[in-house]
Amino acid sequence: MDQFLAFTVVGLSTAAIYAVIGSGLVLTHTTAGVFNFAHGAAGMLAAFAYWQLAVGWGWPVPAALAVVLLVLAPAFGLFVERVLMRPVQALGEAERLVMTVALLAGCIALARWVWDPDTPRPLSPFLAGERAVRLGPAVVTWHQVITMATALAIAVGLWSLLHRTRAGTEMRACVDDRALAVLTGADPLRAGRLAWVLGIQLAAVGGILIAPTVALDAQQLSLLIVSAYTAAVFGRLRSLPLTFLGAVVVGLLEAYLAGYLPQNDYLPGLRLAAPALLLFLALLAFPHHRLRGRDRTVVRVPLPGRRGSLVLAGCVLALALFLVSVLTEDQVISYGTLFSLGVVALSYVPLAGYAGQVSLCQLSIAGIGAAVWGHLGAHGELWALPVAVLVAAAVGALVALPALRLSGIYLALGTVAFATVLDRWIFTLPAFDVLGVHIALFDQGSVSVTGPDLFGLHLTSPAELLVLAAVCLAVTSVAVAGLRRGRHGRRLIALRDSEAAYATLGGRLLVAKVAVFALSAGIAGLGGALYGMQLQTVTADQFGLVAGLPVFLIAVVGGLGSVGTGLFTGLAYVVPTQLLDGLGPWAQNLSALLIALAGMGFAHSPSGVIARLRTDWAPLGRDRPLLTALLGALAGCWALAALVPDGGPPAVAAALLAAVTLRGRAAARAAAPAGIPPEWWGLRRPWRPEDGEVLSRATAAAG
Amino acid sequence: MPPLLQAEGITVAFGGRRALDRVSLTAEAGRVTGLIGPNGAGKSTLFDTVSGLRRPQAGRVRLDGRDITREGPARRARRGLSRTFQHLELFGRLSVRDNLLVAAELGPRRRHAARTADEVMDRLGLADTAEAPADALPTGIARLVEVGRALVQDPRLLLLDEPAAGQDAEETERFADLLRSLAAEGTAVVLVEHDMSLVMAVCDDVYVLDLGQVVACGPPAEIQQNETVLAAYLGEP
Repeated sequence: MDQFLAFTVVGLSTAAIYAVIGSGLVLTHTTAGVFNFAHGAAGMLAAFAYWQLAVGWGWPVPAALAVVLLVLAPAFGLFVERVLMRPVQALGEAERLVMTVALLAGCIALARWVWDPDTPRPLSPFLAGERAVRLGPAVVTWHQVITMATALAIAVGLWSLLHRTRAGTEMRACVDDRALAVLTGADPLRAGRLAWVLGIQLAAVGGILIAPTVALDAQQLSLLIVSAYTAAVFGRLRSLPLTFLGAVVVGLLEAYLAGYLPQNDYLPGLRLAAPALLLFLALLAFPHHRLRGRDRTVVRVPLPGRRGSLVLAGCVLALALFLVSVLTEDQVISYGTLFSLGVVALSYVPLAGYAGQVSLCQLSIAGIGAAVWGHLGAHGELWALPVAVLVAAAVGALVALPALRLSGIYLALGTVAFATVLDRWIFTLPAFDVLGVHIALFDQGSVSVTGPDLFGLHLTSPAELLVLAAVCLAVTSVAVAGLRRGRHGRRLIALRDSEAAYATLGGRLLVAKVAVFALSAGIAGLGGALYGMQLQTVTADQFGLVAGLPVFLIAVVGGLGSVGTGLFTGLAYVVPTQLLDGLGPWAQNLSALLIALAGMGFAHSPSGVIARLRTDWAPLGRDRPLLTALLGALAGCWALAALVPDGGPPAVAAALLAAVTLRGRAAARAAAPAGIPPEWWGLRRPWRPEDGEVLSRATAAAG
Repeated sequence: MPPLLQAEGITVAFGGRRALDRVSLTAEAGRVTGLIGPNGAGKSTLFDTVSGLRRPQAGRVRLDGRDITREGPARRARRGLSRTFQHLELFGRLSVRDNLLVAAELGPRRRHAARTADEVMDRLGLADTAEAPADALPTGIARLVEVGRALVQDPRLLLLDEPAAGQDAEETERFADLLRSLAAEGTAVVLVEHDMSLVMAVCDDVYVLDLGQVVACGPPAEIQQNETVLAAYLGEP
């Protein structure tokens, strides 16, 4: 009984922290209409800032608390509201989601960049030297007392704010009906600003209270938010009392699991994953909404032509051949993963780009592909590769379960919960048997991965594996483009545009969603297997939720609907990372920070960079003389790089210069004055697609 | 032979408010049935219930005598039920032709989907806008595309929710001809429409809903003289 009481006290103390963080989340969601995925990361930054002031610089605790809670946290809240969220407020839910995911990745990268992750930073509990309080048989530390008292004070304070003040009434009015609130003199901007400030302050309080009980680690602290997500989902993201109740359920569950779960190799991870598992189940049990209608913002999904997708595949293969012919073996290892990560990123295109289903667990599923291939294809057995793809596809079909009931942020939350369960539990399990089937993933460590046997050749060298990954990316890109052109692609877009219309036309939502999740997961699994082959040894960390965020963000920057996103993401992820890592240890986490900033910058333009690049480079593609000149210049640069020692960097620079110059020239020629007589069209300036119609009309008019 | 559609005692409540209160309606093959009533009367909710998007708290929906109350919208569509929406539900990222193609590929003539889509576009005069993105269309044309999307499925029962909104007089007249020809081909058409001249011109029977209840039903001429109907629209004198 004593033990039970002790665990109850621990559980209630943890629950108090989740309640504080969760209530901030609910406040921001209801008032400002934004589900802040970076809420936990804000708390994490506050904990680091508090450590820096109180421990690093030796400031008195009250002063450090005052600066963090009354200056830094509100300033951060105002910055997020004014600079990041307000520009996307009027856009769709997807844009707001991308912005907060980018903020999450950015906060983690910033913390790792500023505070070296390898340096331990212990943080003492409040009043750690004081004697603990005894409540009967239970011992309650002063930190726990302060935590619970703070949660109670915040509960009372929030209730008073919302029900006893003009600002609170304004906030509640904006929740109920934003437009009507404006008509009655309320100011949604002011209410939103207040909600962001209060929300971030609550996250900061939670972060500072929880930091002494866990390691001061950017990723771990940021992901504690999953427990607060669960509490908030209990409150349907609207109700503060139910959020507090949810927090109590999650806190007690964690404490009792810690106390009473049998000790063996399989269950410790379950305790860590329990809140995420509970979140997944809570989302599944969420009341069923009516079928979703049209999106608020419509982003075009490009229709890739056959020629265009073949050109893309050709570019992928040419790039691969260029890299293996000019790079050293070490460089091939470093840069070669761009193609396999490109395949993982390509998995977003049918899922998020065509069908509009947000998933933040694609890299986790890629990890399953890598692990399955690592075990089954340990001697290069080629049959294991399709098996790895199929296993990943089956897992993807499982993720589709919440997608049948959920969309938007709820679906994203479901995939976050799924990735967290994989991270904290499934990937940490030792090998086990189920119904006579031996299942091994990362086996509590790393898995060695080799290349496959193909046509009697065992592909093991980095160059061979790079070319294999490039061939897979090229083939998958062509297949995904073909999907878009065909009836299945049309159906996915139809499903995205209006589930209600799709269903009433006879479309089976279950089949369509499970199929697209499975297809996308299969592609991710293939990418994961290829990534593993190139890395040779893989660990669970390389496929975690946080590791997958930059891949997702770059895919968003590229444009989730563009088939070229695979190649773009691979290039934009691997090349800057390798170049920056070469600058020294100070730049180690800089690339992740830059990716997050790019995600924030491009959250406003969901059609992506690739669509813009296509428009910008189209004149060069149509201008045959200049295109021929470009191909010649590229061939020359290739020869320079291959034949001259250390000729790679100058060759790349020359190729880029030639391409940019010729593109500019082609654009100028395409925009040439209209004074050229029709008989010279196609000769003195490039032939344009619309020229045929212009001539036909002129001929008809003359006739 | 029972009517093609029989909705019996349909009750739908949102919280404490009854949007539909024991509503019964029938629609027969080869006839156009009008469903009119003021805004908020429950017309679209009834369409949602009949098409399977919403489960009623009470009542039964039968199609050709078969109870389909517990069936989902996709299964009902495969039984020959098609509909349009009051708030447009086009596939905005797709072209007009692709909108019709998606529907045709899900319908009974999926093997000849392209030909079917082209035929319906010709019939509705949509050929000129075939490649236009659906979300860039004017409302009148967009509504016609929704009708076309329903028609490519060769429906036995067609539910049209304010299809003529946004159309001018000439277009409305052409649309009336289309409804007559559909009925002549044996389709059961249920029409929700605020344009009374269209309703009175093409409907064989008219149901009047007010505050979730059927307050009158009968031939158009009779409905026009019905005092309860006049009160529902114009208020009590």
